[in-house]
Amino acid sequence: MTKPLLDVHDLRVSFSVRQAGAMPWSRPRNLQAVGGVSFTLQPGETLGVVGESGCGKSTLARALIGLVPATGRAEWQDGTDLIGLSARQMMAYRSQIQMIFQDPLASLDPRMTVGQIIAEPLVTHQPGLPKAQVRDRVKAMMDRVGLLPSQINRYPHEFSGGQCQRIGIARALIVEPRLIICDEPVSALDVSIQAQVINLLMRLQADLGLSLIFIAHDLSVVRHISDRVMVLYLGKVMEIAPARDLYADPQHPYTQALLSAVPVPDPAHDPAATVVPLKGDLPSPMNPPSGCVFRTRCPRGAPRCAAEVPVLAGGRHQTACHFPGPLTPQEIARARATEAA
Amino acid sequence: MALLEIRDLSVRFHTHDAEVHAVSDVGLTVQPGETLGIVGESGSGKSQLAFAVMGLLARNGQASGSVRLDGQEILNAPPKVINRVRAEKIAMIFQDPMTSLNPYMRVSDQMAEVLVLHKGLSKRAAVAESVRMLDAVRIPDAKGRVRLYPHEFSGGMRQRVMIAMALLCRPKLLIADEPTTALDVTVQAQIMTLLSDLQRDFGMAMMLITHDLGVVAGSCSRVAVMYGGRIRELGPVGPLFADPAHPYTQGLLSAIPRIDTDEGELAVIPGQPPDMSRPPQGCAFGPRCAYRRGDCDHRPPLASFAPDRWRACFAPLAELRAGTETHP
Repeated sequence: MTKPLLDVHDLRVSFSVRQAGAMPWSRPRNLQAVGGVSFTLQPGETLGVVGESGCGKSTLARALIGLVPATGRAEWQDGTDLIGLSARQMMAYRSQIQMIFQDPLASLDPRMTVGQIIAEPLVTHQPGLPKAQVRDRVKAMMDRVGLLPSQINRYPHEFSGGQCQRIGIARALIVEPRLIICDEPVSALDVSIQAQVINLLMRLQADLGLSLIFIAHDLSVVRHISDRVMVLYLGKVMEIAPARDLYADPQHPYTQALLSAVPVPDPAHDPAATVVPLKGDLPSPMNPPSGCVFRTRCPRGAPRCAAEVPVLAGGRHQTACHFPGPLTPQEIARARATEAA
Repeated sequence: MALLEIRDLSVRFHTHDAEVHAVSDVGLTVQPGETLGIVGESGSGKSQLAFAVMGLLARNGQASGSVRLDGQEILNAPPKVINRVRAEKIAMIFQDPMTSLNPYMRVSDQMAEVLVLHKGLSKRAAVAESVRMLDAVRIPDAKGRVRLYPHEFSGGMRQRVMIAMALLCRPKLLIADEPTTALDVTVQAQIMTLLSDLQRDFGMAMMLITHDLGVVAGSCSRVAVMYGGRIRELGPVGPLFADPAHPYTQGLLSAIPRIDTDEGELAVIPGQPPDMSRPPQGCAFGPRCAYRRGDCDHRPPLASFAPDRWRACFAPLAELRAGTETHP
């Protein structure tokens, strides 16, 4: 096996939060957004990250490129730990790790032309490059992502959402990164445009040998694009496995509930017969449950789950659960009965 | 008799530089108790269609045509009439519950207001009825939580509050505009189950506006596909999904990645949706259509081609079906 491009070990991110209505001298409380995430990413591989809002998937992305302070290790292929690098030291790695954001229009400066936007990372990371060469590379990149190079002097508002996302992709690719972190890159786009952008990302990845960390809440999109998928819940990894295995044979009860809830565009498929309902709401990350964080909503919760934190175990298909395995029909029926009550 | 009958409904917006044709010549019926899905992408006119029915168009919008609810004409009705209709027969829920609820009012106050205003109940009776309704939408400890403010609820619970509020006057028709788009999948599944249970218990009809074909497949009996302000295809969910009769429906169905099938390049609808301030002369989907032909410079009418199925397209069905087989 080749050395992984990125080896993340026990990554943690906490924010200190002042409670509403608290006294000014009271201590702020600690909110752990990412609680000890470990994974590896091979060159050319796509890792999908899924989970519901508040599970820490965007914070994880931000921590990896140093936008929020984190603890733990994130080892780059050359052996450097990216966590705790100074801004100046991080600069060298910024050109290797780029990011694509969710809202295509909001992530582009409305007062810069498309040419300036796409050129900015290049000008920042390679200040000596002659202007004509920058322009040529920008035009070549525009062509590559399906934009007309003749539109180089236009402004973002003159483009549609899908085209703006292409501009964002061109801006990320211009410095020839090894890894692109995509934070919900297609969730703001319409279905017909979404397919165009997904195909573009997959083609570029194959051509350029990129690694992708693809964060999304749409499980169908993640299945389509990912080699491996990581499921997060309240900042912890529940399950991580090759995409095919995870979708065909999910082991963690949370993954099973999550997958069962995805609507299938087929009228013959009866959601009422397949959905495994979860009890109640997501607990507050300020006050996560003891032991397994998922236990309060788990159809299989047992006393051991409250006492002991499950560790991620297994070979290629890893699960953090004391009692992994497919839910039995009795367990599903019980979950439905509590939901209806 | 149909509960809701829409005929030749058009909506125009007068803006600074152009007149936007948001909805054009839409005809639809909703039967009592049925669920009609309306799908389309952003800008296809699906929300404006609902707003026109509810009399909620922005000030620069103008609706023409006819909308009959229980035989009564309600399009552009004077406020006094439409208020009565909204009180008794029709209610709407929106995409974002946080911006649709009043953040300064307790849930009890904003729910009771509806009943005091529309039904003339006393405040005490109205709050008691509100608690009953919150129970019906399965909010745990409804009695205690009715005194809370909207921000004290989670997203899914807030959407339940909004549904409860919409049902207070026992409407015959509920218009749901992207009710689960802002929610996570597990919560979405809960809300969709709740909506179909309530619909059965209250015997009401629902018009479900969404861009998610998965949600439509799971909950609607009939579906209308909109593009460029017009209905392109209309029919029962089963046959429409199995055998789409419009190139746009076909494209949409093959462009979505599915959770129950394996990878491969996604089929793509090339190009961009039309700019409705300058609607194309002929078929608005023409520039993106793989089956484009000479007659497409004229606008195809919505015509019935099988019992209960309608489409607006000139391409022969045989050609469309052959196309589906070559690009599965």
